[in-house]
Formats: sequence, structure tokens, C-alpha cells
Amino acid sequence: MLEIRNLTASVGGNQVLNGINLSIQAGTVHAIMGPNGSGKSTLSNVLAGHPQYIVDGGEVLFDGVDLLAMPPEERARAGIFLCFQHPVEVPGVRMDHFMRAGYNAIHKSHDEEELDPIQFDRILKDKAKIVEIDPLLLKRNVNEGFSGGEKKRNEILQMAMLEPKLSILDEPDSGLDVDSLRIVAEGINQLRSPDKAVLLITHYQRILNYVVPDVVNVLINGRIVRSGGKELAAEIEANGYEGQGEALQPSA
Amino acid sequence: MAQQTATQEQKYVEAWKTSIAGDSPNVPDSIRTLRESAIARFSELGFPTTRRGNEEWKYTDVRGIASAEYGSLVPSPTNRVVTKTLDQHIMGGSVWNRLVFVDGHWLPELSWLPSLPAEVTVISLAKAMSTEPGLVANDLAQHASYQESGFTALNTAFLQDGALIAVPDNVEIEEPIHLIFLSSGNGDGSVSHPRTLVTLGAHAKATVIESYGGPVDGPYLTNAVSEFVVGPGAHLETFHLQQHGKQANHIGSKQVKLANDSSFVAGAFDFGGTLSRNTLSVALEGAGSSCNLYGLYMTNDSQHVDNQVLVDHAAPHTTSRQLYKGVLNGHSRGVFHGSITVRQVAQKTDALQMDKNLLLSDDAEADTKPALWIYADDVKCGHGATCGKLDETAMFYLRSRGLDEASARRMLIHAFANEILDNVGLTPLRVHLEQFVTSSLRFEEQQ
Ligand SMILES: Nc1ncnc2c1ncn2[C@@H]1O[C@H](COP(=O)(O)OP(=O)(O)OP(=O)(O)O)[C@@H](O)[C@H]1O
Ligand SMILES: [Mg+2]
Repeated sequence: MLEIRNLTASVGGNQVLNGINLSIQAGTVHAIMGPNGSGKSTLSNVLAGHPQYIVDGGEVLFDGVDLLAMPPEERARAGIFLCFQHPVEVPGVRMDHFMRAGYNAIHKSHDEEELDPIQFDRILKDKAKIVEIDPLLLKRNVNEGFSGGEKKRNEILQMAMLEPKLSILDEPDSGLDVDSLRIVAEGINQLRSPDKAVLLITHYQRILNYVVPDVVNVLINGRIVRSGGKELAAEIEANGYEGQGEALQPSA
Repeated sequence: MAQQTATQEQKYVEAWKTSIAGDSPNVPDSIRTLRESAIARFSELGFPTTRRGNEEWKYTDVRGIASAEYGSLVPSPTNRVVTKTLDQHIMGGSVWNRLVFVDGHWLPELSWLPSLPAEVTVISLAKAMSTEPGLVANDLAQHASYQESGFTALNTAFLQDGALIAVPDNVEIEEPIHLIFLSSGNGDGSVSHPRTLVTLGAHAKATVIESYGGPVDGPYLTNAVSEFVVGPGAHLETFHLQQHGKQANHIGSKQVKLANDSSFVAGAFDFGGTLSRNTLSVALEGAGSSCNLYGLYMTNDSQHVDNQVLVDHAAPHTTSRQLYKGVLNGHSRGVFHGSITVRQVAQKTDALQMDKNLLLSDDAEADTKPALWIYADDVKCGHGATCGKLDETAMFYLRSRGLDEASARRMLIHAFANEILDNVGLTPLRVHLEQFVTSSLRFEEQQ
């Protein structure tokens, strides 16, 4: 589904990604772990098309198509979703209005039916129940004054509404209490299916106990230095990143 | 140079002599005298210039207005009004009270007052001059001084008609009174001087909307003056809707006087015109009086909008709020000058002023000039200004959820404008403004 080949990218004048190679098959969950500042969010922003992140080299194919040539909205319409590490507050725009606009834009691009506010609200309410979000929250401005946990659960809600093919989740578990963690994990698991894939960035093994990954990748200094099964997460949690350094054989 | 300027003013003085000095015998002597001294004062003051070291006009150059060859300096009353032009201003269906003026002259056949209490006077000034001399004499031109402003002097000199609204003590008007001032644009460019006088007695209540417009193309000048006198405990809510055509120039001056415990609200919306300059001057003369002044200006191409908001706290326990926002595209320019004066007697004043601008293009410009003159010591006074582009991270967030760039921009601009629109409680007006904002955003995209 996703092929990343020798991707290099920079932000704010610093080269952050130094040759990423990663291949994600449909139906799988890939975890990425790595120290602070190693480039995890940079990778997710590059994949979603953030204009401040500059691709310097390499290529990314999504279902065989050149992803890097598409503007962000086309990537979203092609089935890519980024769950933001820091969801953005947008004063003056109501959450549910925004969500419906995105939903309709994506459905329209596939010649599918657009929903009026009443139809949309009905579906939204059902899905909000799953992530235990009070529907009143969705009448407020986008992420404005949401608690950290509400922001994360709200990202998962948006993902559930859009049912993307590839979900890129940038630390959906950070700052969550145990109940929220379970809710978020369930939200991710509900979306797992043979034709979808998940790229899950995390610092902790905890969420991986709920969302069991097929592959764990270790990202250090803008390179994937190691890949392995789910047991790799436990090893990192026990020993840290020391010794995971670049001396180790980078995986293809 | 000086001689050329003299000729520019001379055109108006000549037109005044031939058309105004000897007009209808119904005009009372007091008005004749007023107009004579106003034209004399205009000859002395002339049009304002930037070169006289004039801070007030630092950012707004009206040489283009002074030198414009308007073909019709004293348009005669006309019935010819483009229905399409009028339709763009109509709101409130058959419930709102409405007076329509063309080139400053009242048009009775298009006016309609379905929902007024009997005690209330809503009448054209031309008529009021003969039927309500008392109301006219007490307040007309008593608040908007023509001594300091060339444009106000010009308006006063050419005073023939306008709107008079007088609400007696304890009378509350439920439905708004909508004044629509249209320019005909006839005769290679008409010049008109709309005039409004609103007086509210003690504990009275009213809502007044002033709309300004004219033909989409073709030059014309609107030079409006309004006086609002608000009695003790009274509440006056006003709106200013400037929807002029592309080549129009608008000069407007509003003078507000507030008595004890009265409150005043002004919403100002400037969308059209080439150049518009609005002065809103509020005197909080009575203890406990308050005003809430907000505005939205949206400009494109080479449009220029200048808002001068002057608040004078002249009594204790007075409150003022100013919040103006600009959305500037093309190489347009937005000027905001907000001044707060707190006199020595005005203890416990609470004053806030804010101007926020959204620049949609590299060539757009916003100039904000706050001025605070504080002579009392026990006051709360704050001001601020911001100027920025659309938030790139927010743009990315919206686009990452499927919205195309244009829709995301529109959504963010609309959100920016909503902080102002949210003040508008009148549903028909709110809907009207929303449509205007939406269509001007569509228009921007097509450029
Ligand atoms: N806008 C920017 N301008 C300059 N440098 C940036 C910018 N954004 C990120 N960086 C730098 O790029 C590097 C990688 O940042 P990135 O956000 O990708 O790290 P991360 O792996 O997600 O870290 P964390 O675990 O803390 O979220 C950091 O050194 C960071 O300071
Ligand atoms: Mg990060």
C-alpha cells in the first residue's frame, strides 16, 4: 500500500529525514518508536503533505501513485489520514461544521453522496459514542479549549468518520489516562481491516498491548535503524534506545 | 497648486449659489442661515489635505475626491431608482420600517412604516423643516460641528433633505428603522449629502440601520452626516452598511451624544467603494453611559477604507468597547485610528480598543494608529492591534481532512469575520451580512 524509498526531508532549514525506507502492506499495523527529535512527526507531516516540510529526495508511492506530487487534500481524498500529535485549534470554526465539510469533500471526490447536517449529525453522534465524546463538544470551535485527552479522542473520532485506508497516528496515546487510552486503542482496532493499514507512532509499549503491531520500526536520527516484531517494543521499553544506534543494520 | 485647490472648492461654492441659496421658499430662515455659514466655512476649510501636517488625514488622501469631475453636484429629486440596486439593500421583509433616499432626497413611494408606535416621529427632514420646526431647531447640526471638518461643512451647506427620527420618553420601538441612501450616479456622477438625525428621549429604545449604495459601475460621491442623541437610560443600536459600487467614494461622519446611563451600539460594515472614510465620534457625557462599537471591513483591489473611531469619556463610570476587524486583499489598504480620551472627571472609566487585520495578499496594507489621552487616575484602559496572514498550520489541518485550499481559506476568513458578525442579533441583517461575506470571498477566489 505504501512504499517509502530513500526519503530525505528538511524543515526550517534542518535536514531531519536522512533516507527513510519503509514498506507497509494492506492489513498491517506498523509501529514507529524513536527518541524525541528523531523525525517521527516530520515523517508523518511529509506523508500528509504539510507545506513547511520540504522533501529533498526519494519517493513515496501510495497504491502505486506518486504521493508527494499531491496537495494535502488529494492525499486525504486518496485515503490518508493524519492524527496530529498536536491537534490545531481553529477559533471561529465549529467542530461539527468542519468535520462535515471534510467528510463531504472526500465523498464528493469519489462521486459519493454528500450528507446534509441532519444526516451527518446522526452518524457523528453514533461514532462519538464509541470514543465517548460528548456531542456538545462538537458544537464548540475546533479543538478550542479541549483537554489534551479530548483532543486525541476527537482525532480518533475524525478518523472513524473518514474511514481512511492509511491512518498515520502521531502519538495518539500521549497524555491519556487509562480509560482514554483504552478508548483510543479500541477506536484504532475498529478500523483494522484487510484493506487498511495503520502507521502508529508511539513512545510506549502500553498502547501496543491493545493495538498489536505486525512490525515495530525504530527511527533514530532520521533513519529507520531496525525493524522487528512486537517484542522489539518491549526490548526498547526495557533498555531504551542505547545500542539501537546507527551501527545496527538498517532494515530495507 | 493653491490656485488649483481654490478652483476645486469653487465648483461646489458656485453650484451652491445657483441651486441651494435660492431654493424652495418652505425652507425656514434658521436653515438658510445655517447653510450660509456652512458654505462660508467650507470655503475657508476646503478639502482636507495630507500636506497641511494634518495627522487626522495622514493615511487617507482625498485629492482624488477634490479633483473629481462629478457632473451633478446638486442632483434634483429623481424617481428613477434601479430596482436591482435597491433590492440589494432590502431586509426584514414587510415588518421593518423603511425610508428610501435617492441622492439624499426622500422617495415616499418606496418608503414604508408598518410598525411604529404612534408617538414616534419618522419623517423626511425636508418635511420636518416645515412641520416639526422645534425638533429640527433643537438638534439638527447642533452635534455634528461643521467648524472643524470641510466635509461636514459641505454636507451642512447642501442640506435639503434626510431622515429625522424622534422617539419620545419611555417609548420602545420593536422593529428596526432602515434608512437606505442610494446614489443615482446620474449626470456623469452624482454628489449627495445624506443626513440623519436620531433623538431618543429618556428610557426610549430603537434600532436604526443606515445602508449606503449605488450603481455598480460609474463614479459618485456620498458625503453623509449623522447625529445620534441618546437620552437618559435610553438604548440605541445602529448599523452602518456600506455596499457602494466599485467607483464610489464615501465620506461619513457620525456624532453621538450619550446621556446618563444610556447605551449605544454601532456595527459598521464596509464592503464597497474605492475610498471610504468613516468618522464615528462618541461623547459619553452622562455618568454610567456605555458604548459598544464594532466593525468589519473587507477590501480588495485598490480599495481604501479608513475608520476613525473617537471615544470621549467625559463622565464617571462610563464604559467603551471598540473592536474592528479588517480582511484585506489585493493591494487594498485598511486604516484604523481609534482614540480614547478619558477626562479628569471620568473616574472609573473602563475602555477597551482592539483592531485586528487579516492580510490575504503581500500587497495589502493595514495601518493602525491608537491614541490614548488619559487625564483621570482611576481607570481601566486597554488597547491592542494585530496584523497577520492566514495561519498556515490551521490551513494544513483543514486541508488534511479533505478541504481544498480555497474552501479552507474561506472557512478561516469566515471564522475571522464571525467574531464581528456574532454581535449582530437581528436575524435578517445577520443573514444579509453572511451572504455578503460569502459572496465577496467567492469573488476574491475568482481573481
Ligand atoms: N518548524 C521547524 N523548524 C525548525 N526545526 C524543526 C521544525 N519542526 C521540527 N524541527 C526539528 O526537527 C527535528 C525533528 O522533529 P520531529 O518533530 O520530527 O521529532 P519527533 O521525532 O516527532 O519528536 P517527539 O518525539 O518529541 O515528538 C527536531 O530537531 C525539531 O526541532
Ligand atoms: Mg513528534
